[in-house]
Amino acid sequence: MRSFVQLFVVVSLSAGFANYSFANEFVHIPGGEFRSVIPEGEGDNLIAVASFFMQEASVTNAEFLRFVLHRPEWQRGRAVSLFVDEQYLSKWASPIFLGPRSGLQQPVTQVSWFAADAYCEWQNARLPSFYEWEYVAAANESTADARALPEWQQEILSWYSQTGGDRLSDVRNRSANFYNIFDAHGLVWEWVDDFNAFLVTGDNREQGGADQLQFCGAGAITMEEKENYAVLMRVAMLSSLEARYTTRNLGFRCARRDEVRK
Amino acid sequence: MIKRKQNWRLALLPALALPMVIMPIANSSDGNSLPPNSVYHLQVSVEDQFGEITKLDRYKGHPVLITMFYASCPHVCPLLISTIKLTESKLSAEQRADLRVLTISIDPERDTPEKMLETMERHSVEASRWSMVRPQPGDLRTIAGVFGVKYKQLPNGEFNHTTRIILLDREGTQIASTGQLGRHDAVFLEAIETSLQ
Repeated sequence: MRSFVQLFVVVSLSAGFANYSFANEFVHIPGGEFRSVIPEGEGDNLIAVASFFMQEASVTNAEFLRFVLHRPEWQRGRAVSLFVDEQYLSKWASPIFLGPRSGLQQPVTQVSWFAADAYCEWQNARLPSFYEWEYVAAANESTADARALPEWQQEILSWYSQTGGDRLSDVRNRSANFYNIFDAHGLVWEWVDDFNAFLVTGDNREQGGADQLQFCGAGAITMEEKENYAVLMRVAMLSSLEARYTTRNLGFRCARRDEVRK
Repeated sequence: MIKRKQNWRLALLPALALPMVIMPIANSSDGNSLPPNSVYHLQVSVEDQFGEITKLDRYKGHPVLITMFYASCPHVCPLLISTIKLTESKLSAEQRADLRVLTISIDPERDTPEKMLETMERHSVEASRWSMVRPQPGDLRTIAGVFGVKYKQLPNGEFNHTTRIILLDREGTQIASTGQLGRHDAVFLEAIETSLQ
């Protein structure tokens, strides 16, 4: 009986928070072909992306807090340094308390690739691949591939040229893009599953000679469409990371494979 | 192009027969005794060249050289093995007996136990101290992340990958690495000798 009363109290309390939701929908993304800035092989940069599901928004502090309560091994102070660096979740007031500096609906940042990967696995999902992210991020509000539009390029570049602001805005603050995905650009950088697939040397002059031995198989990747700076900046940033690194403006969202439609 | 973890596990199950660990990352039960940066915190199952299911910590207690490559790699990968052999040859027999070598496949789809054994045989390495293992495909990025190895599969099935040889101390902490191939790296060799003391 007592537990029934408790349950009732919990239910009423949750009802009181009805306008707050942990739902971060997995939106269906139809498959298609597009030109990536990173060619898959030599010469050919036309990439086929199979249909999949992607979370509409970046994972928030509130969502990640729920995760670390379920998976204490990912709490700050418990997660081993093999998987996270010293700044992991350091903006949170405590390992299990967000505090005033981290809003519930702000994207979670200062998370390592390992932590993001574990979160998505906990959601029966995975991190999106870079091609999946790039495919979705090519859209503006009305078209699937807006990358050729100068005004769109300008808008994105203006965000990328901003120095990281004091406070991140909440997720879903701008309108969703063509795929109903929020904040593909303009809020935070995001981990992708294959962030460590870019074999881009820091300096193109390094290609050839002794350094070529660092790469097995066909030589290092050369990037296409050099005018697409916004995405190339992502590539440069991602390729500079190690899986345990965290930064103040690097978050993530999860993806799932489309079981039905291939 | 876009591979998925779950499907792969299903495909591999009949071949592996033994139940596999589902969570790729879990702090090990004896985690408290490990240094926080030990790679042995990574609890993933791998299959060796004899089809045995094992863990990355199979050589715990010994200094270990780690590298990641794939068996059908035409040029650099044989060079990786010969570089490790060359480095080993600078050690005394006694030192060598304490050292272990674990090579991890980045092509688990094609690197079957037979293929891996063939590779080990071809380079005539001592199976008592060397093994080649293949992870489950869903764990590959995690393992590569731990060892700082970058790789990318190409449409023709080949891979681009960085070549690193990593030295683990007896508890699994990465204490040195080299990217030099075809010759022994004197600094790296010194680190190995120190770890063997």
